[in-house]
Amino acid sequence: MVTASWYLILAAALFTIGAVGLLVRRNPLIMFMCVELMLNAVNLTFVTFGRELGDIGGQVSVFFVLVVAAAEVVVGLAIVVAINRRRPQATADDLSALRG
Amino acid sequence: MLSIFAQVYIPHIQWLPLIPHVVMAGAAVVLLTIVSVAGRWLPRWFPAAWTVAAGLAVLATAIPVWIRAWQEGPHSVVAGSIGVDGFSVFIIVLLACTVVLTALVADGFLHRESLDGPAFYVLLMLSATGGITMASANNLIVLFLGLEILSLAVYVLVAMHLRRAESQEAGIKYFVLGAFASAFLLYGIALVYGATGSLNLIGIEGALRTNDLSDNGLLLAGMAMLLVGFGFKVAAVPFHAWTPDVYQGAPSPVVSYMAAGVKAAGFAALLRVFFAGFGGVADDWQPVIFGLAVASLAVGSLMAIVQTDVKRILAYSSISHAGFILVGVQAATHDGVASVLFYLAAYAAMAIGSFAVVTVVSGPGDEGTALDNLRGLASRRPLLAAGFTVPLLSQAGIPFTAGFWAKFEVITAAVDARSFWLAVIAMLAAVVAAFLYLRIVVAMFLDAPDPDATSLSIPRGPAVAITIVVLFTLAFGIYPEPLLNLADDAWLNLRLRAH
Repeated sequence: MVTASWYLILAAALFTIGAVGLLVRRNPLIMFMCVELMLNAVNLTFVTFGRELGDIGGQVSVFFVLVVAAAEVVVGLAIVVAINRRRPQATADDLSALRG
Repeated sequence: MLSIFAQVYIPHIQWLPLIPHVVMAGAAVVLLTIVSVAGRWLPRWFPAAWTVAAGLAVLATAIPVWIRAWQEGPHSVVAGSIGVDGFSVFIIVLLACTVVLTALVADGFLHRESLDGPAFYVLLMLSATGGITMASANNLIVLFLGLEILSLAVYVLVAMHLRRAESQEAGIKYFVLGAFASAFLLYGIALVYGATGSLNLIGIEGALRTNDLSDNGLLLAGMAMLLVGFGFKVAAVPFHAWTPDVYQGAPSPVVSYMAAGVKAAGFAALLRVFFAGFGGVADDWQPVIFGLAVASLAVGSLMAIVQTDVKRILAYSSISHAGFILVGVQAATHDGVASVLFYLAAYAAMAIGSFAVVTVVSGPGDEGTALDNLRGLASRRPLLAAGFTVPLLSQAGIPFTAGFWAKFEVITAAVDARSFWLAVIAMLAAVVAAFLYLRIVVAMFLDAPDPDATSLSIPRGPAVAITIVVLFTLAFGIYPEPLLNLADDAWLNLRLRAH
């Protein structure tokens, strides 16, 4: 029997994979994908709780999160494109002009 | 399933409390339209003047909202998702003033860097709209939307200096870490929703009052993740790693907005969620805030001493100010909230004043931000040096400046809440931090100027902004009662009541 807690554990696992991936990967695009994974893990959590509580709020939240995630990627990709015009193939390690 | 959908209803929308939001966002969209249609016939200063006018219009529209909040008491509109209270009006006024001053600072800067155009001002106003929404959101999803509107615009602003590699590096760093923190905040919202069954702060507060959830794992994990998200936005240690790099790399006027506006919006949301929403389980989150405050005070004050770049020094000082403000948050009392609001207003003035001077001094390319560039400023430009000294002394908490009363109020609130150790640590940190501000003042007044230094031209916009900041800091330093009373009244209205 698949209960709600299975979905919550799956969501927590996906969120952790995303968070760890963001910290260890160095390619900006993969880092964005990890953020998406984290946000979608949250969506799964919202839907599960919404269903458990019999409350529409959890499902409606998912729409807002989807829109925000799309807008976030647009801005992030724009910044990556701006950097790649100057320095093609830049990874996060190449960006180290700022330190002190 | 049908029973779920039967509950959907369209809320009655009262527009009056939403007018500040609509004016700020509308001004941004209209400015973009006007400039793209008629840009070539407009004078260069038009976007800046438009932004100043929009900020003043928002100030004017805040007055009827304030009167409404007084007459009807604190209440919520739009199905309980937007709070109408003195607290939100205080932050709206603060953000509108921040937009006006930042537009003044940016005017000469954008021309000097050949970045003229409406983009900066449009993003500034959109970001402030997000901040206003965050400060008045009584619903966690509305709060998240406000936070994202605020942040997305600032990510672009940070990276907008296309000819400076540092600006883009700062942009991507801020973006990746910001998105990371937002995901944590959102996960926190989802867990709190699961624990309390509501996304609305009034519902959450009610759920916490009727059930004992103080050791509920979901709620504790949710609150911890919310604190990660807010801690990032307000630059509290250990979520501060981005601050020095982003402050150094971002265009200087953007930093003045980040330090004043983004921090104020972040603290407003933090207070609204934790003080108003989670007030019933304050014993759970106060120790965590205590730890964040101590870490921010220590790291901010100590790390600033070894920096050689003025923007990095001010970045670490902004971390230590976040620590002082957290001292007020930790008290979790009405005096604590009032002291936080006063501190936010005083700090917004100091931060904008300081970064306005840095904007002017940094020169073409926004490169000259090292401490060496300030040496002997007093003999080259005495008024500019004086205009930097007042905000710096205010940051140090010297009497007769607004910064003194700000520190005095948060420490008093901590003592009244019987957090004696925190008060002691805050006072020690204030002493250490005073050293680093005096270091900048000494460099300006006692060191000899670089003989090769090029002459500094001070555009009118930053000059006006610095003058306003100096007058504000000195006026409320000598006679703080009006602002203190305002902050105190703003607290009175934070108590929530469904309407």
